Amino acid sequence: MDRRRFLAGTAAVVVLPLAPAAATPDAMAEAIRKVVGSATLTEGRVKLEVPPLVENGSTVPLSVSVDSPMTVADHVKAIHVFNEKNPQPNVFSARLGPRNGKAIVGTRIKLGDSQRIIAIAETSDGRFWSGGADVIVTLAACLEEST
Amino acid sequence: MSNILVNAPKTARRGAVIEIKALILHPMETGFRPGPNGRLIPRNIIERFTATWNGTEIFAMDMSSAIAANPFVSFFAEANESGTVVLRWTGDEGFAVEERVAIAVE
Repeated sequence: MDRRRFLAGTAAVVVLPLAPAAATPDAMAEAIRKVVGSATLTEGRVKLEVPPLVENGSTVPLSVSVDSPMTVADHVKAIHVFNEKNPQPNVFSARLGPRNGKAIVGTRIKLGDSQRIIAIAETSDGRFWSGGADVIVTLAACLEEST
Repeated sequence: MSNILVNAPKTARRGAVIEIKALILHPMETGFRPGPNGRLIPRNIIERFTATWNGTEIFAMDMSSAIAANPFVSFFAEANESGTVVLRWTGDEGFAVEERVAIAVE
């Protein structure tokens, strides 16, 4: 193998690990559009809670609560959460109904970087509501070497 | 090989809204992390969590790689009738685990 081909080969190897493109604000907007479709998205009624400053991005408590009476006539059908900078824009999609009594969902998520997280709620009248929060992450998830 | 921790009240007043919390041990390997050999470790996550109350689905969640290892989920449910809540996790590599919780409504 000559020197030139060797260099080209190593360059390819070095580039590869970067290949899985990170989600961008554009990718998040695209993922949100897929859920919302042509309906209008209104800011409000959704409260997304995350700690504003996170030391360890590999487990971040998150809770989403939606202001809704949760009756058969007026309830939250779904809650979707999206992020800007993880490898994928989707975090989770939860399906709810009047049997839940309260439109509150909690979980723990991974964050690869400081970013904005957005939650979207779909109500039974077919409308979409959103709320978001900014998080600063000092130690990101996904980067540590597995042992 | 799975360990599950569920926190839900054993008894509830009829019509009360109760919180159900569930934690399961699972690596939630994202598929985006390189292993010691430099190659990506294959994805192994729980894709779906569902809860049924006497057979009726009351809550479901589609998870992604962005859910932390040992997934924790909390949600609420209206206690209408005594019965069994079945929590079910399914995912990659044929992962399928169920946990049952009895709740008495009085």
